[in-house]
Amino acid sequence: MSEERNMVTVYILGEHFMVPEGSTIMTALEYSGFQLKRGVGCREGFCGACATVYREKGEYKLKGGLACQTVVSDGMTIARIPFVPAEKAAYNLEELKPDVSTFVELYPSVFRCVSCNTCTKICPQDINVMDYIQDIIKGDIASAAQTSFDCIRCGLCALRCPAEIVQFNVGMLAQRLYGKYLAPKSPELETRVAEIEEGKYESEIKRLKVLPKEELVKEYYERDIKIT
Amino acid sequence: MYPEYMNASLKKVEETREKRYALAKERGKEVFTPQSEEEREAVLANYHPDYKDDARREIRIGPNKGERITGRVADVLESWPRDPSSRFDLSRIDYETDILIIGAGSAGLSAALEASARGLNVLIATKLRLGDANSMMAQGGIQAADQKDDSPVLHYMDVIGGGHFDNKPDLVEALVNDAPKSIKWLEELGVMFDKELDGSMSVKAGGGTSRNRMHSARDYTGAAICKTLRDEVYNRPDTIKYIEFSPATELILDDKGQIAGAILYHLETKEYSIVKAKSVVISTGGFGRLHIRNFETTNHYGATADGLVLGYRAGANLLYMDSVQYHPTGAVFPEQVVGFLCTEKIRGLGAQPVNKDGELFVYPLEPRDVEAASIIRECENGKGVKTPSGLTGIWLDTPLIEMLNGEGTIESSLPAMVRQFSRFDIDIRKYPILIYPTLHYQNGGLEINEKAETSIPGLYVAGEASGGVHGRNRLMGNSQLDIIVFGRRAGTYAAEHVLAGVTIGRLTLEHVDRYSEKLEKLGIDKKRISPVILPDYIPDHVKAKQLTLNYFGTLT
Repeated sequence: MSEERNMVTVYILGEHFMVPEGSTIMTALEYSGFQLKRGVGCREGFCGACATVYREKGEYKLKGGLACQTVVSDGMTIARIPFVPAEKAAYNLEELKPDVSTFVELYPSVFRCVSCNTCTKICPQDINVMDYIQDIIKGDIASAAQTSFDCIRCGLCALRCPAEIVQFNVGMLAQRLYGKYLAPKSPELETRVAEIEEGKYESEIKRLKVLPKEELVKEYYERDIKIT
Repeated sequence: MYPEYMNASLKKVEETREKRYALAKERGKEVFTPQSEEEREAVLANYHPDYKDDARREIRIGPNKGERITGRVADVLESWPRDPSSRFDLSRIDYETDILIIGAGSAGLSAALEASARGLNVLIATKLRLGDANSMMAQGGIQAADQKDDSPVLHYMDVIGGGHFDNKPDLVEALVNDAPKSIKWLEELGVMFDKELDGSMSVKAGGGTSRNRMHSARDYTGAAICKTLRDEVYNRPDTIKYIEFSPATELILDDKGQIAGAILYHLETKEYSIVKAKSVVISTGGFGRLHIRNFETTNHYGATADGLVLGYRAGANLLYMDSVQYHPTGAVFPEQVVGFLCTEKIRGLGAQPVNKDGELFVYPLEPRDVEAASIIRECENGKGVKTPSGLTGIWLDTPLIEMLNGEGTIESSLPAMVRQFSRFDIDIRKYPILIYPTLHYQNGGLEINEKAETSIPGLYVAGEASGGVHGRNRLMGNSQLDIIVFGRRAGTYAAEHVLAGVTIGRLTLEHVDRYSEKLEKLGIDKKRISPVILPDYIPDHVKAKQLTLNYFGTLT
């Protein structure tokens, strides 16, 4: 920790700290002595726990990012957003229709979208958030599901939205409707599930389970590998 | 972007790429001969971190007393409870439930859904938020033998061979047999798997698989599954309650030796709560944040082996805690992403590991321990590339993926990886990435049977916290499968246990007292406390001014 490094100044909730150049916002917080409990999760950009807003020195623009993925700059002012109060509709997926009517009922705020694109601009995943909201308004649930798929639910879009849309929950619903109702089914999967239930592989697995180790090892190393 | 001094090595990789591409065209993924049993044993013995002299030590307490296990694990097991039992009044119950689930990754969430489906009341307690788990971070895939040229029998063979034949056969049988129906269950909940136009699953190979069996959801497979399960848990507020930021610090038994609940500790309000339950599921995940052998880790911030400590103190035994999984391909450059996971799907799609001279030195899809040890060998033999921060790595030649599978493949199949590296100005479509093994997975854990039961009546374990499914080495895609299969089994059998009628007797922490007496006899330093709860990344110069007596995660 004591190695010689260039230091930069950051303002954590407005308070001044010196941290090593090249730190992420998250490691800068820890370097400054904060033991994180909220606003920290996977630390690799997959969980959305560490949404953060910041201003860079001399910039008028308020930016958003993930604390674990954003490198600090000299003079940066940082405020973490550890929680986003968001409306989440409770529903029974079995009873829903994979079309626009479901959104009219569960998330009517979607139709208030003013196409300002603020959601897209703040998204740390560079998802075209506004596009998938517009897809839903147009009734294209499949496109909304595909476009929103990489969402990690950090919540920055919903916080910035002037129409009070909770984009990340809307996208989640689109994905679930697509996965359950719209994606074409795999014929092989159904067949295999039925075969296993009928006990087609039972005797062969039972044989392997009791095979002496030397024979099992031999069969393993001699098994036929067919990968493409 | 890469520093200039790496250009010569990058050029060599580029120069050999055409030849290696031709080889892959001719031989498929077997561009290098897979290792024989003897070769595997030799590379593991000489280069795998588990085989270093000081990797293991004897544990002096508890059900596995006398066994040699991973040193850092022995340390957290030979640690004091956070609080003496005398501080708790077990007659003041804060929550009462049918089933308490500790840990809210995909195993815990699956268990909750199954128990809820049987009409029981579930309480989920989790250290951070619902879904804050390694489950969310899994990238590459989930295995299931659902293709025509595949079968659960072949899957069984791959699992048990990859695990060095140490897996419990009953658990492997459950894993492979439940695999296709688990995929079906997830799809019915709305998980979007990668598919061909006709609806058949897009499947890839993984390390140690004999068929293409890896189902994926881009490279957000774990997130897609975990997000969906969490969303479904939110849909069932009548039967599933949850408490966040509240890790369990101790299990409670009753005077008949049955499980009876747990003590929760709120990280912010610092309040302790007593939960009384007829059954408990431990689904707390693994131990990456213990930084075994000081390795960087791919793991979630909360992966501190808490469930092992709780179960072990209550008398449940551990299996295979002498083995640690290092993922072959963790990032080593740039500095900000060191230790991060670079999914095995990258090799599944045809990328090859090559040394600083652009030479292939290993079959790209060996089981993880063998692949990792082979990469360490290459680096120790001076064939690695040094990074500016003093680490060494070898190249994973990603541009090959698009040559083999067509332009656009990387963007559509590996969007998380593209994002990860483009944030630091590295375009993985044009340049290889620099990798080295990173601490990834807890192969062993609390021993379970095929019903996810432990030796303690009413106590179930599912997912990474359990031991026996994967033997001493897990294959790619079998952890996502494990958490669904055994998460569901834990929820199902815990519910059956409760429905059969359970009478909980007097609540007690006497097991903790007995354990503490043994710690006293061993002369364990009172500053060593577990469960660890959170790792400690505060730098020394700050600590010197904090004068704090006990940090979370401070072992020594």
